[in-house]
Amino acid sequence: MLTTDEIDDVTERDPSPDVVIAADGLSLTFQTNDGEVHALKDVSLSIERGDFVSFIGPSGCGKTTFLRVLADLEKPTGGAITVNGVSPEEARKSRAYGYVFQAAGLYPWRTIAGNVRLPLEIMGYSKSEMAERVSKVMELVDLSGFEQKFPWQLSGGMQQRASIARALAFDADILLMDEPFGALDEIVRDHLNEQLLALWARTGKTIGFVTHSIPEAVYLSTKIVVMSPRPGRITDVIDSSLPKERPLGIRDTPEFLEIAHRVRDGLRAGHAYD
Amino acid sequence: MKLSFFPVLGVLGAIVVLWYLAVAPMNIRVALDVAERAGAEVVPKGSVVRRDVSVWRLMAQNSGHVAQGYALDRPRLPTPQQVGQELWKTTGKMVQRGRTWSKRSLIYHGWITLQSTFWGFLLGTSVGILGAVLITHLRVMELSLMPWAIISQTIPIVALAPMIIVLSSQVGIEERGVPKAIISAYLCYFPVLVGMVKGLRSPAPAQLDLLKTYNASQFQVFRLLRLPASVPYLFTTLKVGVAAALVGTIVGELPTGAISGLGARILIGDQFGTPLAIWSALFAAAILAGALVTLLDVAQRLVQRRMGGRT
Repeated sequence: MLTTDEIDDVTERDPSPDVVIAADGLSLTFQTNDGEVHALKDVSLSIERGDFVSFIGPSGCGKTTFLRVLADLEKPTGGAITVNGVSPEEARKSRAYGYVFQAAGLYPWRTIAGNVRLPLEIMGYSKSEMAERVSKVMELVDLSGFEQKFPWQLSGGMQQRASIARALAFDADILLMDEPFGALDEIVRDHLNEQLLALWARTGKTIGFVTHSIPEAVYLSTKIVVMSPRPGRITDVIDSSLPKERPLGIRDTPEFLEIAHRVRDGLRAGHAYD
Repeated sequence: MKLSFFPVLGVLGAIVVLWYLAVAPMNIRVALDVAERAGAEVVPKGSVVRRDVSVWRLMAQNSGHVAQGYALDRPRLPTPQQVGQELWKTTGKMVQRGRTWSKRSLIYHGWITLQSTFWGFLLGTSVGILGAVLITHLRVMELSLMPWAIISQTIPIVALAPMIIVLSSQVGIEERGVPKAIISAYLCYFPVLVGMVKGLRSPAPAQLDLLKTYNASQFQVFRLLRLPASVPYLFTTLKVGVAAALVGTIVGELPTGAISGLGARILIGDQFGTPLAIWSALFAAAILAGALVTLLDVAQRLVQRRMGGRT
């Protein structure tokens, strides 16, 4: 654990106060029976407050691993990473982020409101504040009226929205999402992408978003990180020139297609290695 | 519910039919002995001679006496009807006569057995659940406790039961119920332990990761995730456990020289050559087990409805 002085040191050393996540030469090597697997190799990246960053790449490129390192669910084996100027562990302990997994992972024995309330119960909020926050985020994800339903009574898309509400219920300013819409059909996915952008605009959170869909990455992001496998590394970082206001129709504009093209090129370049 | 009713009845019907059919060959020797003693003509003569003749041949040669096998006082295999009558005689009729707690009443013996089963079940499930909690949380416990739990089940309970009784009287426990409850718990704890270890470990890694991102304490993980996730396993396990506890109690009643309890009834029935008493005690035990399992099933439905089950 860092002492307060050390935290101050780290903050002071931080070049820009607006950098929320800074990775420098980050590596993670898993030891398996077949030898070493380089899940991440020499990954350097900085993410600023309010960014919507997508991580895209084929499976095994380390995009999920990077998110998990950020969330202190994996420990890096090399390099440095800070979240809000402190280590991921410190950030996790100060509840700096909400994490949305690929599967909604709602507790079947809790109602939707009960699931959204879960982090609040753990963090010891008062009863009245819990009720207030739950109703606020339920409205934010457009699930008002479903509080007393059980997860199996909701569609997959609604369940995923509930899991986003759960991640928003407490005051984490970073939202980490690991292929949250990967298991949903395209129509539901479009709808949720639109809602997610609106939500991002309203809350001003920093979002890390893992996907393997090029249109999804380009549509949502202010910054697209293209990754490639074996070893997992960054091949391109694209700052999106698209405006913040993005109707679904923007996906047919030349600017959109140009960025999508560059992402595709980056992905292809990564594959040329093997 | 309604659909499952017919298959159950069908199986029950088939068992009853097979049982009635089996009574004839099982009882033919006894029936012929009785008939011969009463002066009837029997082929071949003499009980000892008949011992070398197959039951099928005896039935063919003495077809007139086959029916007697269905109405013997001390049959090898009583008919379902005889068992039913004996059950009624030792339960309902006793109640009618105001002798519910008579030493001849199966309600009395069943109650004795039920009490020990209850204490054994309580002790066994407590030990099983506590052990499972320790095993899922402490690696040391998994390595040290689990092998002993498995070894404990390889020792035949029949061999262990007399020792438990001797030891408990050595430490000054005069109450017969105590060693019985311990034997019962010994059989009951293991399925509960194994089932609950599985149940407490059932949450997916992603669900544990989620709680980690909330910086939840180990106790919170246990209370909010592991425990509720184990509930379906808990009930399955309790149903197995309660049946095992009943068997354990009955086994505990066999070598104790006990004079009350269903196990004692079975032993006494054996010693006095009254198969009807054995069979009715067996059925009383089965009915008791069925009632206990049904009770837990109802509890399971109630709990799972509260926990958002689809039923």
